[in-house]
Amino acid sequence: MGFLDYFRSQQKKRTASMAKDRLQVIVARERSHRDGPDYLPALQSDILEVIRRYIEVEDDAVRIQVEREGDCEVLELNVTLPEES
Amino acid sequence: MARIVVVTSGKGGVGKTTTSAALAAGLAKAGYKTVVVDFDVGLRNLDLIMGCERRVVYDFVNVINGEANLNQALIRDKRVEGLEILPASQTRDKDALTFEGVQSVLEGLAENHDYIICDSPAGIERGAHLAMYFADDAIVVTNPEVSSVRDSDRVLGLLASKTRRAEQGDAPVAEHLVVTRYAPSRVGKGEMLSVEDICEILSIELLGVVPESNAVLNASNAGVPVILEDGTDAGQAYDDLVARYLGEARPQRFLNEKKGLLGRIFKG
Ligand SMILES: Nc1ncnc2c1ncn2[C@@H]1O[C@H](COP(=O)(O)OP(=O)(O)OP(=O)(O)O)[C@@H](O)[C@H]1O
Ligand SMILES: [Mg+2]
Repeated sequence: MGFLDYFRSQQKKRTASMAKDRLQVIVARERSHRDGPDYLPALQSDILEVIRRYIEVEDDAVRIQVEREGDCEVLELNVTLPEES
Repeated sequence: MARIVVVTSGKGGVGKTTTSAALAAGLAKAGYKTVVVDFDVGLRNLDLIMGCERRVVYDFVNVINGEANLNQALIRDKRVEGLEILPASQTRDKDALTFEGVQSVLEGLAENHDYIICDSPAGIERGAHLAMYFADDAIVVTNPEVSSVRDSDRVLGLLASKTRRAEQGDAPVAEHLVVTRYAPSRVGKGEMLSVEDICEILSIELLGVVPESNAVLNASNAGVPVILEDGTDAGQAYDDLVARYLGEARPQRFLNEKKGLLGRIFKG
């Protein structure tokens, strides 16, 4: 594939599907915050800070949400660690 | 009992006022006594879209402040029987609308109207909150574009938590999605989010799709709600949407450049 062909194929990339993927991620994140207690965003950034004292991680490495299971609430915390290099 | 309907979006300029004017005119045409209220204090626009800007004497805030009564402030539409407009104030005072004031005006309007359409200002601040607070139904206007869809999702969150129905634990505000400025040819090329995508992301019921159309600008130039322009695509789309809102099953006509195909799939 020549340089120009490559360039054209990039331009033709279906941006609508990128839009959809990005929206699904951001909307899911905002909903989990919205439905949870008010302190979630602050808690999330505090946890990120603590983790960063030990490991270098991305800004979005910490995912946090509250799940309701019956009458008990579970705080779910996901930390994505960087790949070993 | 009057039904209070808020037309809202979060993001600005997506077609709330266009939709409010069309919905109100459509409901009045169907025989319901309808009033459309401009909540965009300081940025009055609905009067222009409705073509009654020269007849504004008193406004929403005058009524709240007791400087005029409702009958003095309401403007009766000259084309459609049973359609009235309550214009917004041009004041710069953002706190001119109060919860108590809005509530008492809505109660006054409810006495002799079937539908009260609230044209929300953009944003998710006080004005938008007031416009949605007392609503029974919400028309969420969205453009096929990332920031608009995201804002619509935020608005859905507010409708579910910051409204009178939510606070009092009543049945939730009924949410209806209206996608406007839709360009099927661009969707076909993969350049624009499809209605299916938007519905999937927001997971609310689709009321209607309004195509990107020159008829909207033409109608606003003339001060005519576009739904009254029978021969236009946008006018017909709004006509279908109002019929669906009133419970009639109508296929989506403007999802595809070649009419009909997707329309049939979406019928159910
Ligand atoms: N279906 C459509 N096709 C083409 N243009 C449209 C369509 N719907 C709305 N517009 C145009 O988009 C612009 C904004 O519309 P409108 O004033 O209804 O939006 P709004 O959401 O009320 O804006 P604001 O947030 O400022 O109150 C106007 O110029 C209008 O003519
Ligand atoms: Mg507007």
